[in-house]
Amino acid sequence: MSTNNLDQLYRSVIMDHYKKPRNKGSLEENSVTIDMNNPTCGDRIHLTLKINDGIVEDAKFDGEGCSISMSSASMMTEVIKGKKLEEALELADIFSKMMLGEEYTDKYDLGDVEALQGVSKFPARIKCATLAWKAMEKGVKNESN
Amino acid sequence: MNEIRKQFPILDQEVNGHPLVYLDSAATSQKPKQVLDVIRKYYDLDNSNVHRGVHTLGNRATDSYEGAREKIRKFINASSTEEIIYTRGTTTSINTVASGFGRQNVSEGDEIVISYMEHHSNLIPWQQLAKEKGAVLKYFDLEEDGTITLDTVRATITDKTKIVAITMASNVLGTINPIKEIAQIAHEHGAIIVVDAAQAAPHMPIDVQDLDVDFLGFSGHKMCGPTGIGVLYGKKAILENMEPIEFGGEMIDFVELFDSTWKELPWKFEGGTPNIAGAIGLGAAIDFLTEIGLEKIAQHEHNLVEYAMSEMEKIEGLTIYGPKDPMKRCGLITFNLEGVHPHDLATVLDMNGIAIRAGHHCAQPLMKWLKVSATARASFYMYNSKEDIDVLVKGLRQAKEYFNDVY
Repeated sequence: MSTNNLDQLYRSVIMDHYKKPRNKGSLEENSVTIDMNNPTCGDRIHLTLKINDGIVEDAKFDGEGCSISMSSASMMTEVIKGKKLEEALELADIFSKMMLGEEYTDKYDLGDVEALQGVSKFPARIKCATLAWKAMEKGVKNESN
Repeated sequence: MNEIRKQFPILDQEVNGHPLVYLDSAATSQKPKQVLDVIRKYYDLDNSNVHRGVHTLGNRATDSYEGAREKIRKFINASSTEEIIYTRGTTTSINTVASGFGRQNVSEGDEIVISYMEHHSNLIPWQQLAKEKGAVLKYFDLEEDGTITLDTVRATITDKTKIVAITMASNVLGTINPIKEIAQIAHEHGAIIVVDAAQAAPHMPIDVQDLDVDFLGFSGHKMCGPTGIGVLYGKKAILENMEPIEFGGEMIDFVELFDSTWKELPWKFEGGTPNIAGAIGLGAAIDFLTEIGLEKIAQHEHNLVEYAMSEMEKIEGLTIYGPKDPMKRCGLITFNLEGVHPHDLATVLDMNGIAIRAGHHCAQPLMKWLKVSATARASFYMYNSKEDIDVLVKGLRQAKEYFNDVY
């Protein structure tokens, strides 16, 4: 088996987040809770966000899914912590552009999230990667309204 | 079976730089050249609407369309073509029974019995009907190996049961259910039995009179035919008392301003211009299957399952779900590989040209019963070989190594 193509998808940083997820768990009080699933494959995420004065102060996730969906959730919680709500929404938009293989602004340090770029070459797996971001977008949008 | 494989042009290709190994026939089967040619020929030479034309093409189209119905009748040994209704597929077949027979015959407090191993298509129509009528939806419990015992069947069906709806072969566990015996028990209590034969019709002989089932549905696309065509078999006496679900052209007898009457069976259930090419294609698929022989296909698949189970069980950390005895299963194996999520596994195998299914297989309650969120499934048909299984097993070992050792 040639693993070159696979290595583009399963970068070591992705596997690291999968095996050692950051911000795993659930925030207790006064948090925004979002449950979302991917009905075509069974992946699910339970995301809790602590939002104060228009800033995402903390984020935790729980769920079940493949390496792509779970590592993406882990990375997402890292990158949105401390961001303003509008910044969090902009990051969701950037991520969706990244998945579509489109150009996006480099005004944010995306950190480990960059490792998910390879997913855009695997169309069947894009939905795995976007699940956590869609959940975050929904939670932040509800809070912004 | 090598000669048979050559009749499937799609199998002769490379995917991601490797020869295609197609192990997803339970989702949809591939189509032999013979079937594709018949569909092509219909559009090239005979295309016309059915049941109305006086002209020659109309007659040819009608003859082929109704000729296919006779092939289907013979295929499942129904007593008359009046009992063979064309549908879009198994889902529509079951929904037709739920909306037609179900709405007319189920009342508050009645019971509908299904099982944990049902595909969503044989679960949600009954769930909805039960909610609408205030009926009670009950489930046959499963044994640890994913089978249903007749003791369970006897204990679950009561005199309040109106409908028993069950799959003949499970699309996840591979379990083959004792339909004839379940039908008998249902009838003893005055209930009817509805059978989901989507995974059975392509792979094993079916005799609806011997099984004594009241309704049975299956899909063309899983049995070498095209998508968008399926069959609902129903006993004539029941169908005659059942109201149509869809109204419009094709299904009427006389239409007045404020009332209309219906055509006789089976056409009263076939409103609108039907999927003519689909029906003719399904007829060709049945010719193809009959020429090979359903017994031979079933035997070939048992051999493959037996071989695959013995090879896969050698892989440490691999769990196979469903009956342990290959002879009690249809041609599919659902499994999980420790440390590798099924989606990741499917991607790794796809990079090796191997097509398998990963996910919940449209059976979420069954996934809960198995206590997993997703599984992987390899399914076989007459064009698969032991070599395909060797490639699969090699791929599984590599996937395990890739995920467990590299990182």
